[in-house]
Amino acid sequence: MKRLLVSPSPHIHGDESTGSLMRDVIIALSPSLLVSIYFFGFSAIKLALVGALTCVAVEYLIQKYLMKTKVTIGDYSAALTGVLLALNLPPNAPWWIMFIGSVVAIGIAKMTFGGLGQNLFNPALVGRVFLLISFPVIMTDYTTIPDSWFRPGVDAVTGATPLAIVKEGLAKGMTLTEIYGQNDFSYLEMLYTKIGGSVGEVSALALLLGFAYLLYRKVIKPHIPLAIIGTVMVFSGILWLVNPEQYTDPVFSVLTGGVLLGSIFMATDYVTSPMSNKGMIIYGIGIGVITVLIRNFGAYPEGISFAILIMNSTVPLLNKYFKPVRFGKEVKHG
Amino acid sequence: MSRTFSKGGIHPNDSKISENAAIEQFPLPETGYVSMAQHLGAPAEPVVSPGDTVKVGQLLGKPSGFISAAVHSPFSGTVKSVEPYADLAGNKVMTVVIEVNGDEWLDTIDRTDTIVREIPYSSSEIVARIAECGIVGLGGATFPTNVKLSPPPGKKAEYLIINGAECEPFLTSDYRLMLEMPEQLLVGTRIMMKALGLEKAYIGIEDNKPAAISKLGEFRDQYRDIEIVPLKKKYPQGGEKQLIKAVTGREVPSMALPIDVGAVVQNVGTAVAVYEAVQKNKPLFEGIVTITGRCLPQQHNFRLRAGTMISSILEAVGGIPDECMKIISGGPMMGKAVSNLSAATLKGTSSLLLMTEKETKRTEESNCIRCGKCVSACPMGLEPYLLNKLGRRGMTDELEQEHVYDCIECGCCSYTCPANIPLLDVIRNSKAAVMKIMRSRPKK
Repeated sequence: MKRLLVSPSPHIHGDESTGSLMRDVIIALSPSLLVSIYFFGFSAIKLALVGALTCVAVEYLIQKYLMKTKVTIGDYSAALTGVLLALNLPPNAPWWIMFIGSVVAIGIAKMTFGGLGQNLFNPALVGRVFLLISFPVIMTDYTTIPDSWFRPGVDAVTGATPLAIVKEGLAKGMTLTEIYGQNDFSYLEMLYTKIGGSVGEVSALALLLGFAYLLYRKVIKPHIPLAIIGTVMVFSGILWLVNPEQYTDPVFSVLTGGVLLGSIFMATDYVTSPMSNKGMIIYGIGIGVITVLIRNFGAYPEGISFAILIMNSTVPLLNKYFKPVRFGKEVKHG
Repeated sequence: MSRTFSKGGIHPNDSKISENAAIEQFPLPETGYVSMAQHLGAPAEPVVSPGDTVKVGQLLGKPSGFISAAVHSPFSGTVKSVEPYADLAGNKVMTVVIEVNGDEWLDTIDRTDTIVREIPYSSSEIVARIAECGIVGLGGATFPTNVKLSPPPGKKAEYLIINGAECEPFLTSDYRLMLEMPEQLLVGTRIMMKALGLEKAYIGIEDNKPAAISKLGEFRDQYRDIEIVPLKKKYPQGGEKQLIKAVTGREVPSMALPIDVGAVVQNVGTAVAVYEAVQKNKPLFEGIVTITGRCLPQQHNFRLRAGTMISSILEAVGGIPDECMKIISGGPMMGKAVSNLSAATLKGTSSLLLMTEKETKRTEESNCIRCGKCVSACPMGLEPYLLNKLGRRGMTDELEQEHVYDCIECGCCSYTCPANIPLLDVIRNSKAAVMKIMRSRPKK
């Protein structure tokens, strides 16, 4: 007698799975990773590998021995957290800092909340901010000895990030014109090969390529990144118009300080971002505003990590109050 | 530019592998099982007794309430018994079992192919004729057509929309009808326009069926009052509310009916049945049924009498292939899995779909990653992830606040969920629980 399956509809399922989505994000990160390997060579690969392996190992150990639940490292989400954290560190960061950051990201920011889908804060950013506060010297030292097999004989790369240089200069009472005069901050340079910055933000173009891939594969919607970038441009643009010698111009503001990396890859983390389009836009505007506030009026030259973490905490509220528009709610007679 | 609805929706592979199979007449079975519950509403009341001889088209059951429909005999022969018989899901339903003998039709039915274009009847005559012939909606819901064509007092129809979207993957019965019986469809549409007192009607067809669009377009000059509206391929385009939105731009409010925005939607198959009832005196007892599946050696579109046992249909197409694991009555998104192969087809049966384990297997669910894909896919603007969470905790008050009753059970959420969470299973149960509570409240 033939036995048949009986189950409720729908009887077919789409091709996407958690693993395929995470894999797509890793693919989208690969241009940035390749560019950083080109510039920093072994140190970039080392950070990414230590990050991915540590995150996967910590998740495995906690699920297997502490939570005693099903091990879900096969969904690539832990590996992705490791790679993202690596992209947020200075290229010459020592491996053990990467290790500590990964343990904090998975062990504290993700698994204490119950694992994938349960955490309130972006694990990679919690890892980064933990390191930034605990090891401020290492985490802001962007001096790099060119260590690439691909670029032998390249001159030493400058020490601090453009925003840090600007902040320090302004603190000394210099005007932006004077600061720019001493440094080479060309937009074109930043677009292709920015000088001074974390592993992942060497090239804005590589990040934008990843963004295009994520949109093409419908992994993310454009709302959050565009809201952040737009807000940073508008808000810093207003400040710049008020005093162009004190505040950096909008394009400079977006191309520096991890705005692209943060808005494309960190703020769009599914678990810690809102569900509805309206919620996403408000979340993005919030991140943009807080970023500009921290940069210009706070202690840190860059602010997007803190801005994202602060806005992460509002996501449950945004989900509650900004719901999708229901069909038939606003009746239009056309 | 093809039109479409604006909110949500998904793009499954349309898998119309049976689209080129012309309609064939399915041979008569030896025994027919004619259910008295082939429509939404109260089951029909049997008017025949064991031993009676019946002809094709003869009344077997009369409607037993306002929302009910007559049932006519698809077969000629002798009534063997009138008894409860298990349906597709295994529920026992009053059924007239007929020992089939020959194929003798009532003389009143016009069996010629001549197309009768004149419609000399009044609106009320048309509606009465449709009721007498037991016509029900063939788009899935099997709602009695005469009720839908009689708007309640104070409500006026402004739009008649014929649903030729056929957005479910695999199904091709409506497509074959549009190709092979285009003028019957157009006259049927005109009959319904007359019943509703309308000067214009629309036929919505998804643009993955260009042959159907151009076939109906050939009659453009004779039927200027019927506009063919190409629709962008997107599921659930054929959902009543989505189709109205796509064609008219109007949104049927929550808890309201299409007629509240002046719309009446009828399926392509229903329009042909209306034509046959009004112009040819033929009650509804047969229809086009797609027999399809990647595991079947051949694809079919049969003209098949309601009351044919499913196992005999499967035998006729070569039996159930070894790799087939699931048989679905209807499409893969909203159809029902068949649990009883001795059940018989109904007026509204549109397809039998045979699927392999690989095609239909459910993967183990994992944690919700809050990706929001279900929210983007929901054509009703609901939040399936939230309804799932509330539903699993049995929080009926919150489910009601979240409008779980608006769910049209299209399955877009479950289809799209990367964590394989069976969202619709949970939401369907929650919806039933909430609607039960809502109905139990005293009416204001």
